[in-house]
Amino acid sequence: MTKILLEMRGITKTFPGVKALDNVNLQVREGEIHALVGENGAGKSTLMKVLSGVYPAGSYEGDIVYDGEVRQFSTISDSEHLGIIIIHQELALVPLLSIAENIFLGNEMASGGVIDWRQTFARTRELLAKVGLKESPATLITDIGVGKQQLVEIAKALSKKVRLLILDEPTASLNETDSDALLTLLMEFRKQGMTSIIISHKLNEIKKVADKITVIRDGGTVETLDCHKEEIGEDRIIKGMVGRAMEDRYPKREPKIGEMLLEVKNWNVFHQQHRDRQFLHDINFSVRAGEVVGIAGLMGAGRTETAMSVFGRSWGHKITGEVKMRGQPVDVSTIRKAIDAGLAYVTEDRKHLGLVLMNNIMHNTTLANLPGVSTSGVIDERREAKVATDYRARLRIRSHSIYQEAVNLSGGNQQKVVLSKWLFTDPQVLILDEPTRGIDIGAKYEIYSIINQLAAEGKGILMISSEMPELLGTCDRIYVMNEGRIVAELSKQEASQETIMRAIMRSGEKH
Amino acid sequence: MALETSAPSRQPSLGDYLKANIREYGLLVALVVIMIFFQVITDGVLFRPVNITNLVLQNSFIVIMALGMLLIIVAGHIDLSVGSIVAFIGAISAIMLVKWEIHFLIVVPACLILGGVLGAAQGYWVAYQKIPSFIVTLAGMLVFRGLTYLVLQNRPIGPFPPDFQLLSTGFVPDLLPLGDPATSLIKNYFALIVILALVGYLIYSGFRERSINQRHGTENEPFVFFLLQLIIISAVAIFLGFQLATYRGLPNVLVVMGVLIALYTFVTTRSTVGRRIYAMGGNEKAAKLSGINTERLTFYTFVNMGVLAALAGMIIAARLNSATPKAGVGFELDVIAACFIGGASASGGVGRIMGAVIGAFIMGVMNNGMSIMGLGIDYQQLVKGLVLLAAVFFDVYNKNKG
Repeated sequence: MTKILLEMRGITKTFPGVKALDNVNLQVREGEIHALVGENGAGKSTLMKVLSGVYPAGSYEGDIVYDGEVRQFSTISDSEHLGIIIIHQELALVPLLSIAENIFLGNEMASGGVIDWRQTFARTRELLAKVGLKESPATLITDIGVGKQQLVEIAKALSKKVRLLILDEPTASLNETDSDALLTLLMEFRKQGMTSIIISHKLNEIKKVADKITVIRDGGTVETLDCHKEEIGEDRIIKGMVGRAMEDRYPKREPKIGEMLLEVKNWNVFHQQHRDRQFLHDINFSVRAGEVVGIAGLMGAGRTETAMSVFGRSWGHKITGEVKMRGQPVDVSTIRKAIDAGLAYVTEDRKHLGLVLMNNIMHNTTLANLPGVSTSGVIDERREAKVATDYRARLRIRSHSIYQEAVNLSGGNQQKVVLSKWLFTDPQVLILDEPTRGIDIGAKYEIYSIINQLAAEGKGILMISSEMPELLGTCDRIYVMNEGRIVAELSKQEASQETIMRAIMRSGEKH
Repeated sequence: MALETSAPSRQPSLGDYLKANIREYGLLVALVVIMIFFQVITDGVLFRPVNITNLVLQNSFIVIMALGMLLIIVAGHIDLSVGSIVAFIGAISAIMLVKWEIHFLIVVPACLILGGVLGAAQGYWVAYQKIPSFIVTLAGMLVFRGLTYLVLQNRPIGPFPPDFQLLSTGFVPDLLPLGDPATSLIKNYFALIVILALVGYLIYSGFRERSINQRHGTENEPFVFFLLQLIIISAVAIFLGFQLATYRGLPNVLVVMGVLIALYTFVTTRSTVGRRIYAMGGNEKAAKLSGINTERLTFYTFVNMGVLAALAGMIIAARLNSATPKAGVGFELDVIAACFIGGASASGGVGRIMGAVIGAFIMGVMNNGMSIMGLGIDYQQLVKGLVLLAAVFFDVYNKNKG
């Protein structure tokens, strides 16, 4: 039995009016990968902030024992000094600086304020080799993908002599290949004796790498599962997280598929920035009334770009092709016209593209259809309040009122506000781009229920998702995209993780 | 189903409410405190009827431009060119009125349109070519100032025809000659009646709004605050109205300003255009993806600013009774400062018309009070700068704490 590296005992942290952590206990042994799971808001991030000194000693109750001693961290640098490094979900890299500059930011290899570039680059190369990233140290962060940026963050952690690496949702924005690479790297580090704590919503990944799993619910520790003693299934973890077993993660639906709604034909689009590069090639797809259609594919396959180029040409350049609604050609050349034609697009990035965060729920709800609550340009506030109240009740948005600012809502509730906004435009076809990204399992279930309800009302749903089980669980038909083309169309019966991956791999060989 | 961490809903206490709305009440309180301070320190000169009239005349153009600037700032932009537009329009109006002897009823609308064109010329680069407004309007500031020197050939033009001067120096005639102006204390009963009627309407509509809100279950501010606010505003309005009535009545400019304040308050709080500007300033990409034509909206925000700057330019020219190349130097800074003191956010999406108006008057009262005290421009600038910094610090501090 290896020794205990970290023990957090009876941690209690209160914010005005809310007990965020209530007597939480966490024990991490040297050299293990310890997963921390729980729904959004369960207290995982708060616990890690207590550990790293973001919330200084004295602002919480309980003890942190690290490496055999009780520690009192009053700043982040105190904990970093002892080798506790956190990599946050939102990466803290400066886009216009190079990889080397980012790795040694604030910790420059310098004498008397003058940076020793030769040594910096040499050391960076060593670190990049350790994380398996084949990039020049001089490459700018903005020129590499999210997956590689994540590796740079890890390299940065290694440069600080990390003993306990904490990763907060490291794979949330990575595609499967990059996620796999990252997890393999973590297992590699484990062999070398490094300890890590990983916070994640992706239970299949946790199953793959974790030695122990601690489940947190409502600010308290529920249990710690030892993956080597017993076989831990996803359902077992979920049971701990939500307090009971969830029989089915995807609500049942009897599809009633009706007339043809949206048809997109021979859709060709050039890249927004690199204007001479064709990005989407001869895309054809259709969505019928009452049908939930999925688009599967790896990151960068062109799924979001397809959706956005159809939705009022909000992405791309030199767009050609035909869009029909109920068999009639429609003009979707601006976003307004696309909305009027009956389209709605729920973006994958709700904070930056979906919501006006500083505005309240009511104002966000009516934003895309202000004429619906106004007469000749004058807003009827009471009509608006009624609309917002109705949608809040219908989609079960949890907030103290419709006047609460969107920024203060949880991810799932923010997503419901975005959905409210689009439902109020009364669309015929909703395009949902990663509708459940970053929201907890309970809220996901609610979003699926809403999707089912909309399909039952005769709306067409086009759903883009990187989580294959989600597509398989909700869709009637799945298109598979790769490198800007639709490479397969699978019925519900044909579709499985294997058939989707095979379609992607085969198409890759052809090019 | 899901476990949510939203705080349990409870009835907010008076303290909570005050904390949440401290900015709005604070601003009003600050204005009142500053007024009383200068009233005491100037031995009552500040509230003398003639001085109140002066205060209105001196600040009207700042307030008028602050209305447009607030929209620009809420939209997430800035306009540095308004001072130069003021000078340029003043010059053009002088040439048309004095040199070409065109009737002022033609000149005024023509100049407003020209102001709109100047705004459009800048709005185009900001909205459609995506050049930062700071740079575009910095260029505009230089270009329009240069044009002013060109058209005036470095010499002031004046005086203006008397009917044009009335725009700035005229008063609404007493339509209700109840007393003999020579003997009565009240020289202009009409002004007093109008003010009383407006205060009456304010009280009536305030109570009506509350009762309708109550019926529809919409949130109301606590009654104590509602009442206190109403009393302060009514008292100040009646007092000022009384003072004005003992002098020459309502200045024309005050009427123009009042109508514009009401109009812009309505536009920002009740119209779809206003809502869209706030959404655009809060998150331009989200607004665009919600079907809002953000380019056109930005463009017209600048056109609107140009028109208001043109109006201010004519008011200033009429007041000084001459168009000079140096007119309006530094006004853009006063106007922008008024918006920020009034609580507008430099990153866009936040700001209120009443805030900007009160912000303008806070600066106006300080200018005026310090002038009466005999403090020079040096101290005035120094104090204004510190007040701006303090007001914005107050905002930031509140935001971080809450």
